[in-house]
Amino acid sequence: MSVLVVIECANGEVKKSSLEAASYGSKVAAATGTSATAVAIGDVQADALTSLGEQGISRVLLDNDSRLHNFVPSAYVKVIAKAAEQENSSVIILSNSNIGAAIGSRLAVKLGGSLATNVVSLPQINGSSFTVRRGVFSGKAFSDVELTSDKKIIAVKKNAVEIETTAGGTATVENFSADLSDADFATAPKETIKQSGDILLTEAEVVVSGGRGLKGPENWHLIENLAKALGAATACSKPVADVGWRPHHEHVGQTGITVSPNLYIGVGISGAIQHLAGVNSSKVIVVINKDPEAPFFKAADYGIVGDATEVVPKLIEAAKALDK
Amino acid sequence: MKILVCISNVPDTTTKITFSPDGKTFNTAGVQFVINPYDEYALTRAIELKEAHGGSVTVLNVGEADTEPNIRKALAIGADDAIRVNLKPTDAYLVSQQIAYYAKEGGFDLILMGRESIDYNGYQVHGMVGELLGIPTVAPAIKLDVNGSTATLEREIEGGKEIIEAPLPLVVSAQQPMAEPRIPNMRGIMTARTKPLKVVDPVGQDAKTSVQNYELPPAKSGVKLIPAESAGDLIKLLRNEAKVL
Repeated sequence: MSVLVVIECANGEVKKSSLEAASYGSKVAAATGTSATAVAIGDVQADALTSLGEQGISRVLLDNDSRLHNFVPSAYVKVIAKAAEQENSSVIILSNSNIGAAIGSRLAVKLGGSLATNVVSLPQINGSSFTVRRGVFSGKAFSDVELTSDKKIIAVKKNAVEIETTAGGTATVENFSADLSDADFATAPKETIKQSGDILLTEAEVVVSGGRGLKGPENWHLIENLAKALGAATACSKPVADVGWRPHHEHVGQTGITVSPNLYIGVGISGAIQHLAGVNSSKVIVVINKDPEAPFFKAADYGIVGDATEVVPKLIEAAKALDK
Repeated sequence: MKILVCISNVPDTTTKITFSPDGKTFNTAGVQFVINPYDEYALTRAIELKEAHGGSVTVLNVGEADTEPNIRKALAIGADDAIRVNLKPTDAYLVSQQIAYYAKEGGFDLILMGRESIDYNGYQVHGMVGELLGIPTVAPAIKLDVNGSTATLEREIEGGKEIIEAPLPLVVSAQQPMAEPRIPNMRGIMTARTKPLKVVDPVGQDAKTSVQNYELPPAKSGVKLIPAESAGDLIKLLRNEAKVL
């Protein structure tokens, strides 16, 4: 028995959500008296992986087949399944990212395991019972789910667990290969189009989001400048994407992207229930709206009743004055 | 081209979620159930593809008899026929097993569904169906076109998108803006009544998870309002009090 953590990398670095998954995996390993190994796939240098020892990972299996530098679900699933078999892993930890969610379900069937996605807590283990808490009803509730198969696969929601760091920990990195064939790459992307700025919306710790209260695309610099001053990613509400002020991939909400940052600042967004579904697991919500009756205030921790074009410049000024 | 669209029956988005006092069951009394919004994108795109290339659209739902009004709605929107697997959908694998069996039996070229349901938010069924059938899955797709035996898709990735060409048969999970959902018209509603809706038995009852309990998150303590004229104070509160900056 062992715990296997799947590590995602971007631009040669381990993603923050994977550091969370590694911390989670190490805690599960400690609770079950075993060790945590990681499997990393794709374009990353071994150096970037050794520091996973700080999150309690002892060994990292790295498959750096160049065909895996783009995400191809069937190929990734084969690599992880082979690693799980080699390590005799009974618990496999993923991030609840686009990638984690796309591979978790295929992996569960391949390994005959139970899968829980959107997981927000460490497992409760009592004898043979293994239960995790996950977000349901678009963030409006939680459910405790028992994973009844021998193999358990868990996709951990971003920002739901703390990253534990023990300075000086070093993981050993071993080359790993799953002997993939061309058939495993049938859905390899022909082209990848990067659209966002420097900070990935789904990985961001602070998100500044704008709605129709901005009045027009000419005022979008307010959102961008506040985000820049706070080191935040930018997002928008559905109506803003629908009228074409911003592209759809920035739309946060039930049918768009779900985010769970430490801080979500909604500017000129009334807070329709569909929007709340995409943001209500943020740790702190700030709402700026000139309508004091806007429903978003009910979900907010802090609020300012005022016009965005007057309030946001003051916030930018105060944010710039913060010593970083 | 034969397309299978899998739909689930979910509480309307605006539903206030409540549970029985012991936390074991979701209270359905007074709740309006709708076609899962993500599944509506899949359904609409399937109908558009049928209109462009010919073929048929079959709707499949794993659910008990109370889901039939929404299956009829899917037929009214333009699906040709429907299958209801008579089973309460309590687990993603349980549902995927049913879909994979009937998908194989019907010999479908494309199996479409939403990326997740808005009640259980599992994001699992498309991948499980693909793996059970041994065919690729593209999830979540924001664009889907078909040319002969090849599909061209756009898949959303973190910070961008990918263009993918994939061979049929294929499982695709849909996300906005794949298609603009349609409202059934009167003619559609009338013809839906005569379209075939076949009720079939489940092909296995193998669940991998079991819900023990539901719980609502703690209520928010209320918003702290900062006067607009001293808006800058908010930034200090976020750093010193909330400790998020």
